[in-house]
Amino acid sequence: MTEYVNMPSLIKLSNVNKIFQLDEELTFQALKNINLEIKKGEFVAIIGPSGSGKSTLMNILGLLDHPTSGSYHLEGSDVAHLKDDHRAQLRNQKIGFVFQSFNLLARTKACENVALPLIYSGVAKEVREKQAKKSLDSVGLSDKYDSKPSQLSGGQQQRVAIARALVTNPEIIFADEPTGNLDSKSGVEILSILKRLNSEGKTIILITHDKNIAGNAQRIIRIKDGEIEK
Amino acid sequence: MNIFETITLSLTAIMRNRLRSFLTTLGVVIGVFSVILLVALVSGLQSFITDQISSFGSNLVFVIPGQVTGAGRGPGGSTVNRLQFQDVNNLKRELKGKADVSTVTQKAASAKYNSKISKNMTISGVEDIYPKIVTAVQTAQGRFINKAESNSGKRVAVLGPTAVKNLFGDSNPLNKTITINNTKYQVIGVIKPRGAAFGVDQDNSAFVPLEAQRKQFGIDQPNAIYISVYKTEDINSVQAETKTLLEKRVSADDFTVQTQEQALSTISQITGVLTLALGGIAAISLIVGGIGVMNIMLVSVTERTREIGLRKALGARSKDIRNQFLIEALTLSGVGGIIGIIFGVGIALLVDQFVFTTTITWWSIALSFGFSMLVGVIFGVTPAIRASRLDPIQALRYE
Repeated sequence: MTEYVNMPSLIKLSNVNKIFQLDEELTFQALKNINLEIKKGEFVAIIGPSGSGKSTLMNILGLLDHPTSGSYHLEGSDVAHLKDDHRAQLRNQKIGFVFQSFNLLARTKACENVALPLIYSGVAKEVREKQAKKSLDSVGLSDKYDSKPSQLSGGQQQRVAIARALVTNPEIIFADEPTGNLDSKSGVEILSILKRLNSEGKTIILITHDKNIAGNAQRIIRIKDGEIEK
Repeated sequence: MNIFETITLSLTAIMRNRLRSFLTTLGVVIGVFSVILLVALVSGLQSFITDQISSFGSNLVFVIPGQVTGAGRGPGGSTVNRLQFQDVNNLKRELKGKADVSTVTQKAASAKYNSKISKNMTISGVEDIYPKIVTAVQTAQGRFINKAESNSGKRVAVLGPTAVKNLFGDSNPLNKTITINNTKYQVIGVIKPRGAAFGVDQDNSAFVPLEAQRKQFGIDQPNAIYISVYKTEDINSVQAETKTLLEKRVSADDFTVQTQEQALSTISQITGVLTLALGGIAAISLIVGGIGVMNIMLVSVTERTREIGLRKALGARSKDIRNQFLIEALTLSGVGGIIGIIFGVGIALLVDQFVFTTTITWWSIALSFGFSMLVGVIFGVTPAIRASRLDPIQALRYE
């Protein structure tokens, strides 16, 4: 990983803890003293069994959740305790999400699904459409602009979701078990797209429980019982 | 995200569930529709009665049987008529030089001329001063009943235009002899058309001397006494004198003496109460419509929990989500309001054309539409806030 040593860090977590209050007395510590640094352009896999805290970690890294304590620097600025609206804006501009269950809007054209994040960045309709089509082209779906999710295969749906993650030209792509709902052939396709995106300069963070899939990344971070294994 | 994007988004969601949106809107449609129609009916009734009262000349004092109060029981019903023709004569004597006193009797009857017949005519028994009291009655052809005919009860008749048409077609009716219920009357005049009121053609009518009608039909009581005061400043004293005179013979509860102005205010009190009561009932249906909107919005938020989570993850602020659902609720109730206005005004106009007078009031349109929008805001805000507060992590996991 020496090639990244001199790069500025894109993500830096210092002593991050996350404690959930289950009820009045019972608490659960999902993350314990996490220190983590990810450089711009890296392809990192976060691997761990279910319940290990990897989803909580992704939620914090993806600005969907606050850490209970510790600091989170994104591109050098502390984002751990930003207000909801500000975090929504950062998610919109800096982060693309790819989910296990695709999360496409049903009965909505691929093109409109892809354009969704741009609505919230205040981009005009014509521009949105153009960018969405370009993004769909980049994942090989030039002939599916007007297809609805129900008319697409699982692998195609996940490619639409990747196009949606790319449309705002974000710094980071978070892929949470992106191949979990796919057959192995489609899974390979999705992973090769992620690798290509990484080679084009995107920072990819892949969350998975599967060692073989994690093997696609340049660096593997193992998490167990809320702690990063050395 | 600008407001037009939000509106587009809300409309798309509404159009996705057409039947559901239509049924939800229907509740509001019915509410707005009933407010507008009921208020138009009552206002129509009010303007009809007001017109009738105003069609009498000014400086008029009425005597009618029973008690009339704005909030209490109205005229008619169980009221017993204790007025007598001798009261009319006593008043005439007492008020001589200050006012004309007159009375009217009415009967429905058929008239015949040769083989032609005019059914269901309103035959009014009047005195010669009648056109002075009811200024809307004006002679178009020939003349009205004169003093001599009035006093002697001569069998002469002044016809309404519809009766003339039924009996004579286009030929001249003057000096012809018609029979009303087998009694012969000579036609001496025709009055100007007055049109229909509440589905009754006021022009299918005849005026005959009061005495002639009393003898023919055996009428022994007047329905009302009209006192036309010469000078405006005498109205109150005439009203008081009339009361005093009548109370010598009958109890004060048996009759009401009102000036035209008092009668108008009584009518507007009664119709005001009617408007409030009927409008209020209709407004309840608007609230029920609003509950329908809220119900469907809550269902919609639950159904679209994952969508809300996704939108938030992709950068929607809470405000964007709240506006989206609020505008959806407002659109449902607003469109309902507009459809309700179209139907309410449309039906009111149809009723006005074919059944009886309705008056469409701007305030009822504005009020019911404003109220339907208010209902949209009030009942839309809770589901919208609920949607906007969803945690994206929980929402994305929602099955």
